[in-house]
Amino acid sequence: MDILEIILTASFWAAAVRIASPLIFATLGELICERAGVLNLGIEGIMVIGAFTGWMTVYLGFGLWTGVLVAMLAGMLFGLVHATLTVPFGLSQHVVGLGVTLLATATAAFAYRLSLPEVTSPPKIVPFQPLPVPGLSELPLIGPAFFAQTPLTYLAFVLIAVVSVVLYRTPLGLALRAAGENPASVEAQGLSVTAMRMGAVIVGSGLMAIGGAFLTMSAFSSFFFEMVNGRGWICIALVVFGAWRPGKAALGALLFAAFDALQVRLQQTPMGAYVPYQVFLMVPYILSILALVLMSRRAEVPAALMVPFNKGER
Amino acid sequence: MAPETGAEVVLRLDGITKRFGPLLANDAISFGLGKGEVIALLGENGAGKTTLMNILFGHYTADEGTVEVFGRPLPPGHPRAALAAGVGMVHQHFTLADNMTALENILLGTRPLLAPRLGARAARAKVARLSRDFGLAVHPDARVGALSVGERQRVEILKALYRDARILILDEPTAVLTPQETSALFETLRKAVAQGLSVIFISHKLGEVMEISSRVLVLRHGRLVGEVATADTDRHRLAEMMVGAEIAAPRLSERAPGPALLTLSEVDTPRRGNAPGLRGVTLALRAGQITGLAGVSGNGQTALAALIGGLETPVRGSMELDGAPPADWSPRAALAAAIARIPEDRHRTGTVADFTLTENAVLESYADAPFSRRGWMNWRAAEDFARRIIATYDVRCPGPAARIRLLSGGNMQKLILGRALEAEPRIILANQPVRGLDIGAVTFVQNRLIAARDKGAAVLLISEDLDEVMALSDVIHVIYEGRLSPAFPRGTMTPAGLGGWMAGHGFGPEYTRGGADAA
Repeated sequence: MDILEIILTASFWAAAVRIASPLIFATLGELICERAGVLNLGIEGIMVIGAFTGWMTVYLGFGLWTGVLVAMLAGMLFGLVHATLTVPFGLSQHVVGLGVTLLATATAAFAYRLSLPEVTSPPKIVPFQPLPVPGLSELPLIGPAFFAQTPLTYLAFVLIAVVSVVLYRTPLGLALRAAGENPASVEAQGLSVTAMRMGAVIVGSGLMAIGGAFLTMSAFSSFFFEMVNGRGWICIALVVFGAWRPGKAALGALLFAAFDALQVRLQQTPMGAYVPYQVFLMVPYILSILALVLMSRRAEVPAALMVPFNKGER
Repeated sequence: MAPETGAEVVLRLDGITKRFGPLLANDAISFGLGKGEVIALLGENGAGKTTLMNILFGHYTADEGTVEVFGRPLPPGHPRAALAAGVGMVHQHFTLADNMTALENILLGTRPLLAPRLGARAARAKVARLSRDFGLAVHPDARVGALSVGERQRVEILKALYRDARILILDEPTAVLTPQETSALFETLRKAVAQGLSVIFISHKLGEVMEISSRVLVLRHGRLVGEVATADTDRHRLAEMMVGAEIAAPRLSERAPGPALLTLSEVDTPRRGNAPGLRGVTLALRAGQITGLAGVSGNGQTALAALIGGLETPVRGSMELDGAPPADWSPRAALAAAIARIPEDRHRTGTVADFTLTENAVLESYADAPFSRRGWMNWRAAEDFARRIIATYDVRCPGPAARIRLLSGGNMQKLILGRALEAEPRIILANQPVRGLDIGAVTFVQNRLIAARDKGAAVLLISEDLDEVMALSDVIHVIYEGRLSPAFPRGTMTPAGLGGWMAGHGFGPEYTRGGADAA
């Protein structure tokens, strides 16, 4: 059977983990924002900005890690715009988020045209190279999948643990979650809800931008306008799928990535000859929707998600 | 204004003044709190109690005046400073996060934000010790959303004690508690005082103030109008100080009952979740008569109110309006039958918080003349109607265009009352009409209900307050697990007798005829 054969190949798992990596960065970023009570629909645009700035920095001759840093800072800047409008000003998070996405996407396109006015095909950079972990990468199946990836992928998986520990094991994480559950409880302790939420949105946006940068600096080697291609929206669904928990959300990202890797391979089987390829493209989305429906029934939404907090109002 | 001589003064307020625009919320208030003392801050809604405590706790900054805690001035406007100085506050509306555990809620804000660890293990031990010492049983790992109101309040108190509060401020702590939970709370407060804590107890319930406090401060319109030792006063005098006038208890005149406007015979309604349905209820609401419904909450009051309000239909038995069964039964049909409703929860079902007073005033009648004609709203007529209610029912508000969210509970209730009574109803369904209101508003609402009864309306008064039911009703029924006691005419039952029925004594063997229970 075709599917079974595919699933048993190492390259399938390696591809799944690679495809999951940018989703993990951005999903963790979105999760941090939402846990503090802010829905960040700027995610799609912030990923585009991250993809562009990271790639451009390297193209201009700086190091790869400098590129990642610049991408993160650019994402944080757009996060600051989002946070300023939604937290102290309390504007609609939907409208601001979509606005930030449009602004960030357009800014990337504009900056691209300004910096490379006469280029028809975007120049390539030398992206992150796989860095096999000695010993572990020799393991069958798991080795190539998890231990022969680029450093950014390792970073993504480390971040899952970091975000979990911070959210559940530190006073900062407790205050951040409380800001998303009942901001009045944070206020009553003399902590600033505004600072907590703005901080979460800015840091979360930085992670989203790294997710975008992964595309240009690890998965591919140059920048295309359509390359983010709805991944941001997928991440918003993944946060719901993961019931606002970092581990489950990352698992969701892996699952989605596995479906994506599977459909590419299914296209190359004999089935691909008579089934239109668009059907295969739909597969991960349809399966994601099904999984979302099944998994998110009992999810506990942060109670104050999308509720602006105005000091002193009942 | 010192506490009893000899006691160390732990807290001193001096000349606190706070203005909100033209409103003087606190006018040069000064007092001291002694160690191991419970003082009650008594006053009607809007008298400035909560404002004063919010200043003390740093949520607001006073325009004038100073606060001293343990002899040291408290910097204004910083809740953290108040917490650090040993002031703990239990807010009227709990500041807990429902989706987090009790322990997490207690821990929030207790350690520097950038501390590497939460310190949950040590905290668990301390919480366990405090729970034991103060009689505050709470499971630390329970999700707060799953706790009862009384348990949530215990979490709030534990939060304050965990921060080593030496001064506890409780803002209307009993408003949401059952009598049993209230006595448990008082037990905790007595233990706290015995260990040298000082308590400020904010309330407008005189009985509780008399029971728990050693000294009473009375606030009226933002000014401290009286200070007495609790032992030297009584409820009546406190009430007068609070409202600044003699209080006349509402009185029922003798009146012969009229014909039955609504009758239920052997009615069953379905169970809804945890709420019992009605079981074999027989009831007659007569013109010019107040029918009181006593009972512990959750015994079918909601089902009866839903039935009469048109939200529920009988699955068995019959209902008759003016001697004939209604053709169909819905909230709209109930309104058309001139049944006015004062709902149990004025925030959730009585009003739309972000609508204006005008919009709320016509919520039930917007589709009728004069408020709309040929499908068009006549907002001028609606606003005139709102103005009339505001004037007649003494609704204190900025004006008919204000959002109703900004009103106090009492004023909101007066608007609902006006909306119900101005329609000249024949039947009035008053479900907990004075819950959470202060004395002035309670008297006002009760007198209006009596006036409606004297004009010939049939009133069903549902209340958990037995004193209220006994004072206002011509006949009393007790509801217990969806079943109704016989009608007891006014003056034929003692509180103890009714209490027995409320506990289920006197109801015959379990009612088994028909489908409801056999199913």
